[in-house]
Amino acid sequence: MIGEKFGDKLQAIGHRTLNRFNRVGRGSLFLWQILLSLPYIMQRPVLLVRQLYYVGVQTLLIILVAGLFVGMVLALQAYIVLVDFGAEDSISLMVSLSILRELGPVFTGLLFAGRAGSALTAEIGLMKSTEQLSGMEMMAVNPMQYIIAPRFLAGVIAVPLLTSIFMAIAILGGFFVATEMLGIYEGVFWSQMQVNVDFYSDLMNGMIKSLVFGFVIVWIAVFEGYDCIPTSEGLGQATTRTVVHGSLAVLGLDFILTALMFSV
Amino acid sequence: MDIERGKVTAIMGPSGTGKTTLLKLIGGQLKPDAGTVHVDGENVHKLSQTALYNLRRRTMGMLFQSGALLTDLSVYDNVAFPLREHTKLPEVAIHHLVLLKLEAVGLRGARDLMPAELSGGMARRVALARAIALDPQMIMFDEPFTGQDPISMGVLVKLIHDMNYALGMTSVVVSHDVGETSSIADFIYVISDGKVIQSGTPMELKHSKSAWVQQFLGGVADGPVPFHFAAAPLMDDLMQGENQ
Repeated sequence: MIGEKFGDKLQAIGHRTLNRFNRVGRGSLFLWQILLSLPYIMQRPVLLVRQLYYVGVQTLLIILVAGLFVGMVLALQAYIVLVDFGAEDSISLMVSLSILRELGPVFTGLLFAGRAGSALTAEIGLMKSTEQLSGMEMMAVNPMQYIIAPRFLAGVIAVPLLTSIFMAIAILGGFFVATEMLGIYEGVFWSQMQVNVDFYSDLMNGMIKSLVFGFVIVWIAVFEGYDCIPTSEGLGQATTRTVVHGSLAVLGLDFILTALMFSV
Repeated sequence: MDIERGKVTAIMGPSGTGKTTLLKLIGGQLKPDAGTVHVDGENVHKLSQTALYNLRRRTMGMLFQSGALLTDLSVYDNVAFPLREHTKLPEVAIHHLVLLKLEAVGLRGARDLMPAELSGGMARRVALARAIALDPQMIMFDEPFTGQDPISMGVLVKLIHDMNYALGMTSVVVSHDVGETSSIADFIYVISDGKVIQSGTPMELKHSKSAWVQQFLGGVADGPVPFHFAAAPLMDDLMQGENQ
């Protein structure tokens, strides 16, 4: 009896593991198909522009608001620590380095997964469940080219752009708090940043991170939508998975990339 | 199973017997475990993806149960969609074609509506207009009558019948609506559990000796297809509850 139960458990674990690998395989093949479909966008650039509006412009507001507050909070916290050492003039250095290297790409990635990633999954999943994707196939229009590829490319382009906007507004938020509330001189704020922040090792590394995050998030989002079980329950689960897996992927990859870029 | 050119062929059978699957096999959306499907002389599942898309564009149209209209496009743009994707016609020509196709299904006046504003019957008629936009040789109808009120049903029956003869198309109708389907079909295949049980003209089927076909056509609750889903005897099931 116990042996039988143990056997069942073991079988269930095996089954789940196989399913996982199966999904990873399908996801990789899916990515390959997306990449093959990308040239089609050259024929229909309007599709890409429309998606850039949906995933990019419509995510702008949340990025702006979040960026502003992150920068402001960071300046306050930095001041509290630095003032004990008489180093409050370095506040801009702390704000800009944390934003450019870590918080900009990571925050934007998390917000993008929650705002645009979930919307992409829901949209594509609903198209699947209402047979719009099959309908397109039967009209001899490849949904990989017409639906998936433009959304994927739009996400990959939008995330680094959103990240740079996040960085800019966060630093402005920090500048505002530092100069208006904490009495740091404007010139000191900017010159400290200018001297100590490196274009390649700080800004460019942050942008590379955001490119990787954007790629992974939209890949997860469009795959979950395309691969979802076309019922209301399946769609809900797929949307949740996009946000959870997307966010975890951002955090995990951030650690790996930081280790590669900044470790001595 | 043969589907004759220029005729209306119906595929009938109870829900869940693989009628829609059969259409998807013909359209090349699913691969068969065994057997082959030939459309216009070509083995659908031996074709490369490009060739399959060419075959679909040249020969097939499909009307889905839900209509499968693209929800972010208006009725006009939905019908124009295949034309814009597959032809290089100028916008003026597309305008004329779309209006003619919509006129054929009686919905020229609804061209500016969005799919969400259409009733189920209207959505199916728009989908029909879209399916005939490229003048395919064959149209596959997936349950065209399900969930329609009597008037919409009558409209669809008339449209399928008229278009088939006016445009010289081949129609494949998958349905379990006995009356409507028999009224327009030239030939009927009755399938169950993935097998053809009987085939013939509507008249031949009506006089079929098969008890199964008679139950299906007459809509009788009990017969060769049992009323009860397979289960243990009722008494055993009840007694088991008592023992727990």
